[in-house]
Amino acid sequence: MTAGSRPTLAVWKFASCDGCQLSLLDCEDELLAVADAVRIVHFNEMSRAKADGPYDISLVEGSVTTAADAERIREVRRTSRRLITIGACATAGGIQALRNFAAEGEYLGAVYAHPEYVSTLRSSTPISAHVPVDLELQGCPIDRGQLLEVITAELTGRRPVLPVHTVCQQCKGRGTVCLLVAEGTPCLGPVTRAGCGALCPSTGRGCFGCFGPSEGAATGPLAERLLDDGMAPVDASRLFATFYAGNPTFGDQAVALSRSDSRADLAEQEEPT
Amino acid sequence: MDVGDIAVLEREDLDMLIAALRSMGFRTIGPVVRDGAIVHGAVSGAHDLPAGWHDHQEPGCYRLEQDESPELFGWAVGPASWKSEFFAPEETVWRASITAQQVTLSEPDDAAGPVAIIGARPCEVSALAVLDRVLMGGAHPDDRYAARRDGAFVVAVECGAPASTCFCTSMGTGPSARGAFDLALTELVEGGHRFHVQVGSEAGAAVMARVPHRAITESDRSARQDVLEDAETRMGRSLDTADLPGLLARNLEHPRWEEVAKRCLSCGNCTLVCPTCFCSDVSDVSDVSGTVERQRRWASCFDLDHSYLHGGPVRLTTASRYRQWLTHKLSTWWDQFDESGCVGCGRCLTWCPVGIDLTEEAAAIRAADGAVATGERRAS
Repeated sequence: MTAGSRPTLAVWKFASCDGCQLSLLDCEDELLAVADAVRIVHFNEMSRAKADGPYDISLVEGSVTTAADAERIREVRRTSRRLITIGACATAGGIQALRNFAAEGEYLGAVYAHPEYVSTLRSSTPISAHVPVDLELQGCPIDRGQLLEVITAELTGRRPVLPVHTVCQQCKGRGTVCLLVAEGTPCLGPVTRAGCGALCPSTGRGCFGCFGPSEGAATGPLAERLLDDGMAPVDASRLFATFYAGNPTFGDQAVALSRSDSRADLAEQEEPT
Repeated sequence: MDVGDIAVLEREDLDMLIAALRSMGFRTIGPVVRDGAIVHGAVSGAHDLPAGWHDHQEPGCYRLEQDESPELFGWAVGPASWKSEFFAPEETVWRASITAQQVTLSEPDDAAGPVAIIGARPCEVSALAVLDRVLMGGAHPDDRYAARRDGAFVVAVECGAPASTCFCTSMGTGPSARGAFDLALTELVEGGHRFHVQVGSEAGAAVMARVPHRAITESDRSARQDVLEDAETRMGRSLDTADLPGLLARNLEHPRWEEVAKRCLSCGNCTLVCPTCFCSDVSDVSDVSGTVERQRRWASCFDLDHSYLHGGPVRLTTASRYRQWLTHKLSTWWDQFDESGCVGCGRCLTWCPVGIDLTEEAAAIRAADGAVATGERRAS
């Protein structure tokens, strides 16, 4: 970015629901300050106006699911000084990565009346599988506080403060009583990355794992606990596979659970890598 | 009454005690039932206390149930320790406002006022003393902790209902009150609902001067004795503390560390519910308008980031992180602060999502003292 001028920001959409990019517009109290600090030059959810690159900061939402998108992300990378992926789709393939685990065309046939008109790749892959990524912001959707933190850190030239520890730590910090221990409610908090502020447990719902695995997440022992509490392996598998199936830490655990009728089969999943 | 004096407070006068504390300007915080657990909340009278509630605790499991009993303190300890009242889980240490002309610094003001904590168990009174030594005892006391702690009033309640996860008798911290309390109550239900009251400080005496009480009788004394002796027999766990620091110090390559790591989630819950764990992380954050804050929040030695030194984290494995936690708590805490970092409250057992039992882990190491993991390189 040149001195004296505001850096440019572009927002890109790949295979996704738009929820993460809308988090930027959801920053209502801070939006004017952000718009003062950067020039938002490409953001379809906000304006039809588009400026050509290069861009100082690109926020990329969504996964790569078509051959055309696999090409387009290279162009985005080529014209972006900093490329930041936002959300579970862009960083792990998203919910649509469930098709990576199914037979070819299985989901396509279930969703579309005429799948023959749809041309997609065999799997849904994160942006980092295609181009180098400067920073990955987790969540389905991302937390707008974390998005502001990342943008601010970029503008200041410092490292963003983004926790890699577990949701449990945010639960304990806000005084939420542990649902798993006090009620036996299935919860992925002990293996899920913090960042949401432990939102679901604070409303009595177990963590769905929508921020992906925490650093060094030990999914095997947690899976055993869920089965001990009476959860069926197929249900535990779905819990691990919902938002971050494309991430091997959760995806491999989901596969192990789906193939197991007994806990003994989980033994090889116990060691975090 | 004077420091060291003993009296009896009738159950119906407990409200007077809480009212006296409130009239003296204290925020009264005590045990309340919320979301299936006994936690801390504002208490304006005895009606807010958990009458008839009892906890059942096992490693990885906590359940509450209520019966017709009039007991107000018929439970052991909940997930929240009093640490959070004085050592905030998350707080802003200072704030700076930056413009082209100047930088203005300010410190947030804790305007909440002095707190009276009601119902601290003896193990928790000991835990506060441990935290005091860590956060206020050195050359660089923590001003924010000290400010909250100095004005605080502690109403301890001796333990009559230990859980299966409790081992305060092993750690020498309970079930009878000891250490720095202002008042220590013992709830007596048999033969008339009443409280045995010990005065532990001048402040405690000043409060009792405003509260109706009567002289103690022999039957009150023996009733308290019965409660405490009964509690000792119901202590669910024990920890052999004989040369415990030495035992752990010479077993750093014990195969048990690898074994426990296969079960450990490395989630950090044990450290967050521990009433003495004191680690925190400090980060500076800025917003687009030019305000900068230095924030402090609880940290855990189970975080990969916690051991991040130049070049990367030094405790990469769960085994090394669990070992760091247990050996610090039970062994190197002695080297650092000349006492144990564990008070035997049992929270780390109950609130571990997979029920890892500190007493069992220490016992397993003792059972095979000197064992070395196959292929493990001795630490230099």
